[in-house]
Amino acid sequence: MWNVSVSPHVRSAESVDKIMWTVVACLVPPLILSVFIFGIQVLLITAVSVISCMAVEAISQKLLGKVVTVMDGSAALTGMLMAFVIPPGVSFLIPILGAVMAIYIGKHLLGGLGYNIFNPALLGRAFLLATFPVAMTSAWLPPLTDGAIFTYLSGGIDAVSTATPLAVLKEQGMAAFREAFGTPPEIYSSFFMGWRPGSIGETSGLLIVLGGLYLMYRRYITWHIPVSLLGTIALLTWFFGGETLFSGDPLLALLSGGALLGAFYMATDYVTSPTTRTAQMVYGAGIGALTVLIRLKGGYPEGICYAILLMNPLSPVLDTWFKPKRFAPPLGGEK
Amino acid sequence: MAAHLTFPKGGVHPPESKALTQKLAVETMPLPDELELILGQHIGAPCSPIVKKREEVAEGALVAEVKRGLGVPLHAPATGSIKALGTSAHPIRVSVPSITIKVDPEAQSTPWQSVQDWQNQSAEELLQAVHKAGIVGIGGAGFPTHVKLKPPADTAVDTLLLNGAECEPYITADHRMMLEKSAEIVEGARILLKILGITSCAIGIEDNKPDAIAAMQAALEAAPTDGLDIRVLALRVKYPQGSEKQLIQAITGRKVPAMALPSAVGVVVHNVSTTKAVYDAVVLGKPLIDKVITVSGFGIKRPANLLVKIGTRVSDIVEYCGGTTADLARVVLGGPMMGFAVSTLDIPITKTTSSILFLSEDEIDTRPHSNCIRCGWCLEACPMGLEPKEVGIYVEANRAEDTEQFGIFDCFECGSCAYVCPAKRPLVQFVRLAKMKAKRT
Repeated sequence: MWNVSVSPHVRSAESVDKIMWTVVACLVPPLILSVFIFGIQVLLITAVSVISCMAVEAISQKLLGKVVTVMDGSAALTGMLMAFVIPPGVSFLIPILGAVMAIYIGKHLLGGLGYNIFNPALLGRAFLLATFPVAMTSAWLPPLTDGAIFTYLSGGIDAVSTATPLAVLKEQGMAAFREAFGTPPEIYSSFFMGWRPGSIGETSGLLIVLGGLYLMYRRYITWHIPVSLLGTIALLTWFFGGETLFSGDPLLALLSGGALLGAFYMATDYVTSPTTRTAQMVYGAGIGALTVLIRLKGGYPEGICYAILLMNPLSPVLDTWFKPKRFAPPLGGEK
Repeated sequence: MAAHLTFPKGGVHPPESKALTQKLAVETMPLPDELELILGQHIGAPCSPIVKKREEVAEGALVAEVKRGLGVPLHAPATGSIKALGTSAHPIRVSVPSITIKVDPEAQSTPWQSVQDWQNQSAEELLQAVHKAGIVGIGGAGFPTHVKLKPPADTAVDTLLLNGAECEPYITADHRMMLEKSAEIVEGARILLKILGITSCAIGIEDNKPDAIAAMQAALEAAPTDGLDIRVLALRVKYPQGSEKQLIQAITGRKVPAMALPSAVGVVVHNVSTTKAVYDAVVLGKPLIDKVITVSGFGIKRPANLLVKIGTRVSDIVEYCGGTTADLARVVLGGPMMGFAVSTLDIPITKTTSSILFLSEDEIDTRPHSNCIRCGWCLEACPMGLEPKEVGIYVEANRAEDTEQFGIFDCFECGSCAYVCPAKRPLVQFVRLAKMKAKRT
């Protein structure tokens, strides 16, 4: 018996699975580097996050009577990204709770893949921040300089915990920041390589940008969201980020916090971002503006997580505002 | 040479898969025992038979006429006798009325040899000849050719476009026609220009057929100019370049408005093989009774470009091409992007069949579809600027009747959206359902 179905009869080789696992693969180099920056425990935290996200996905789909699609890579990607945005010194049990929030409540109760309003990984992080405010805002580790990656395994994390650059900048000012992290040229290079306190996967600008460029080369993402987002952060920080107008440091703003990770991997999430190019640029600019607003005026040192979560529900609205251009309207104009 | 033209928005690049047949010269398939003539061969009104059972008919004799409405007459593709006035299987309409002719292998002659001078005939006489020959657009759409040659009085047509894009993968029938019948196509173009009363013609050919471009160019240089401006234009390969609106935009930059005909922007488009049929009708007096089709795919033993009689059954073609392979998975009438899958080989070739594809397991994709992940790739692929993903989501939510807002009636179902969809969603199927349920306002 032959297969009879509606045209087209040939399909491109791309698939959801291929896209998701490719993005996961792009996150592996920053993860490996993170082991050398923060120690072997980040691998454990990430593994727990990925496995619990996949497990919660399978259980949710079973409970809801849906087809189990756990191997499509989307839950694995959520687990990977959620681990990337939590501090490297937290208990490895923390991601388990985050996975329940991200996958069960944030994704499957809303209809499953494609129907979640918020980025699941960031929803998980926001939930953890509210539930474990102390751990999530203080379990930062100073970068290792001696390659002793097992240092933090045997406890003793509390004794060494430090503050992130953005927190120092926000709470103690530029002078203290310089004292802690050095003069601008040193900061740029060490931050770009990843040797600074921060979340597990956010610190290596170099590897994040390389992964992002690879995804663009594969045409899985386009430049529109990352460029508009980072451009807005740079511009607004330059305007308002210094002691006087036009004296902020845009490069430092891009290399700090989760700006790069957010721009290339979080804001470009298909489901929660707009689909037309114009809408994507407005969306990226909106995230950038909210990020700077929170960084400079809000209660948190970093704002990109909330900025993305705030822009997520606007995606469908932006898509209706900026529709694709119809080939040609009928004679006599649009109805 | 200037950069090759193409249409600006959307489009995809499926694997061309033309290597299977593009080097194979057209071969004439021997007459089958029987021919089945479907009475509704094309868009428009079906024909009514004017012959009786057991009546003897000669090749080219009129067997069915259009009683009313838009249509063209139907002729006997070979000499024989009427075996039945019954029904045939049809890829879309399941069962349709048809005439079956029992071919008489002894009584065949070789008519259509004498060349007639058409220069002295009036445009009206030439148009009548095209109509009487039963010519429709044989690139696939099947619109009666004589109707397209008589644009509405309130339009000012200034350009004739010949469509040699052949953008569907696999198909090489037009390619071979342009190589082997270039002079006839150029002559046909001159006839069409005379009927339309204009002087400007562009022949658009995708640049994956450099030999066809060269052959048409050579034929053009060999033909008399007569003050006509006929040009061959290379087009940059992109599907669906052969779609009328996209071809017109690629070559002239003009955009045909929604719901309007090409004549609204001063253009008439004909396929190159249709143009060859016009030549046959006017110069040789031969009605449209045979056509070149591509038989291809990894599911057939011997792929070929075949000259077959209209009404030849697919099963006879399969037999002539050595049978199917064990891993045949899908049989498609037409191209892989817009053709129709069929469930039986007991289906006759019509005037609009451009190819029969026998696709193996490896050539098709039967992975189940999943939820829309809103990647937006379909928006990028759509040449008409539509939002296929929204139509799919609405249809799945049982709101097909609310999809008119997404411009679904602009969709000509090229399948670019479904081709790129990573979730393998049947977007063309969703759009068809939406068109059936949505209210056309």
